[in-house]
Amino acid sequence: MSIVDWFAKKEKRRHSSKKLNIPGDLWVKCLGCTEVLFLKDLEANLKVCPRCNYHFRVSPEERLKFLFDPDSFEETNAGIGPVDFLTFTDTEAYADRIKRAQKKSGVKDAVRTGRVLLKGKSVNVAIMDFGFMGGSMGSVVGEKITRLIEAGVENKHPVIIFTASGGARMQEGILSLMQMAKTSAALNRLAEVSVPYISVVCDPTTGGTSASFAMLGDVNLTEPGTLISFAGPRVIEQTIRQKLPKGFQRAEFLLEHGMVDRVVPRNEMRQLLFDVVMLLDPHGAEI
Amino acid sequence: MKTLAFETPLQELYEKIAQLKQLSHEGDVDLSREIERIEARADTLKKTIYTDLTPAQIVQISRHPNRPDSSSLFRLILENFIELHGDRAFRDDPSIVAGVGFLKKHRVMVIGHQKGHDTKENIYRNFGMPHPEGYRKALRLMKMAEKFSMPIVTFIDTPGAFPGLGAEERGQAEAIARNLREMAGLTVPVITVVIGEGGSGGALGIGVSNKVYMMEYAVYSVISPEGCASILFHDAAKSDITSKSLKITAPDIVALGVADDVIKEPMGGAHYDWEAAAASIKKVVLKDLNAYKKITNVKKIQEERYLKFRKMGQFSE
Ligand SMILES: [Zn+2]
Repeated sequence: MSIVDWFAKKEKRRHSSKKLNIPGDLWVKCLGCTEVLFLKDLEANLKVCPRCNYHFRVSPEERLKFLFDPDSFEETNAGIGPVDFLTFTDTEAYADRIKRAQKKSGVKDAVRTGRVLLKGKSVNVAIMDFGFMGGSMGSVVGEKITRLIEAGVENKHPVIIFTASGGARMQEGILSLMQMAKTSAALNRLAEVSVPYISVVCDPTTGGTSASFAMLGDVNLTEPGTLISFAGPRVIEQTIRQKLPKGFQRAEFLLEHGMVDRVVPRNEMRQLLFDVVMLLDPHGAEI
Repeated sequence: MKTLAFETPLQELYEKIAQLKQLSHEGDVDLSREIERIEARADTLKKTIYTDLTPAQIVQISRHPNRPDSSSLFRLILENFIELHGDRAFRDDPSIVAGVGFLKKHRVMVIGHQKGHDTKENIYRNFGMPHPEGYRKALRLMKMAEKFSMPIVTFIDTPGAFPGLGAEERGQAEAIARNLREMAGLTVPVITVVIGEGGSGGALGIGVSNKVYMMEYAVYSVISPEGCASILFHDAAKSDITSKSLKITAPDIVALGVADDVIKEPMGGAHYDWEAAAASIKKVVLKDLNAYKKITNVKKIQEERYLKFRKMGQFSE
């Protein structure tokens, strides 16, 4: 599946902000227009290039900072961690891959979940981390997303999920595939109690994650330029043996084909999310 | 009949038997003892080959071109099978067949991935790889089954959902995702049999069910062993390794709690005897249908399905 592309690009890491070899790491080169940007300015602009509007990928921590009320995040289920239950080994043991990713990131797996305030309004939020093994969905991601949705069924606060994922985590075999069913089944329960679910599809979202909760929002939002696909571009090119059209599987393409409701620039996201949940939420007159 | 590499010695014996039979027919020689001897040898060899298969060999059997397909199995299992077509939005996807019929006294909706047995059929069926409209046809008919209180039986047999331009444009991801969510809420029981290849999200798209069974030589996997090998080792030929490590055979899938049980196949595999394979499936499905007939509370059916998938996953806490 499309995690293919993540592995293929692993060495290049085209999209992460490439730091220039200048002392202090104060400057970055824009991946959209190659402009050299002062890191502080870029961060102040929510990691969007002021010149070409290129949206850099951001970490869950940055997203929390950019979009939600300061220090309002109450994390849940942070203690759930992955297990190498198949003792899966390829060029590296899965157990070692986990350890390395955890050491690098300081978190246990590829999603953070919890309660947070959005302009004073309490919401259930999950934010996936593409930096952690390509945001791949194994048992931990599936379980935490499911618990978050079930929390929404109980507390009736809107659910917002930011996806960024190459798809299912193959080192967990068939059980990673089943996380698609588990999370989607939970969303069915959420729908029964009329709690709004907003999916914010972030760059990139492919494979099993796009074919489950990412595409199931009552409202699907995305950021400019986001790659959203079931099969990755490389797999499709190999299958049909031709080059793909420009902009294929990007946010604007999905908007055009009716798969997302809006492409939202990052600096408008906070206000729009607030407006949407306030408008849809039948349970929460009180903030 | 097409032969897999590890079946060749067996096939050679069968050819020899055929030759001897021909000879004893034409000439007036009695070769019956010789024939019996070779037949006994073939039986022993068949048992030896098929009791000690590697996962990679099982993958080959699961994809065997002569394996019974969904449509043929529907006709063998049901009385008065009526095929129904189309998603009412774009087109009829031949990669998924569906329809209604009687399984003994039970009215059922049946839905399955459809592969072909030769190149021409496979091109028409797109090698059993559905487009979004295939999943939408399936969902339309599942909702219809719900409306008329008919249990649903699905057969999984696909390399995966089709990765192509049109499929992406028309929302392959959305179509599968919607099926997962909607199947979870169905008020009628759903029984799934993985009859051959259970390939990834494209398989699961008709597989969120109360009961899931694996045919003895079926496989169910998050990614094809070849795909996995080409990602992890940059070499699709290393699929003999990944077919093992991914744990995709019937006993593995049961052990991981994803399938309820294994349905035995005729000696050598379902491709040797379609009728026998169909009879084994029918027996298992019928038993479930009889049991579900007694459950009148639809909440119980939904709850059972929810909890089945809710439990899946292994992690530390
Ligand atoms: Zn730029």
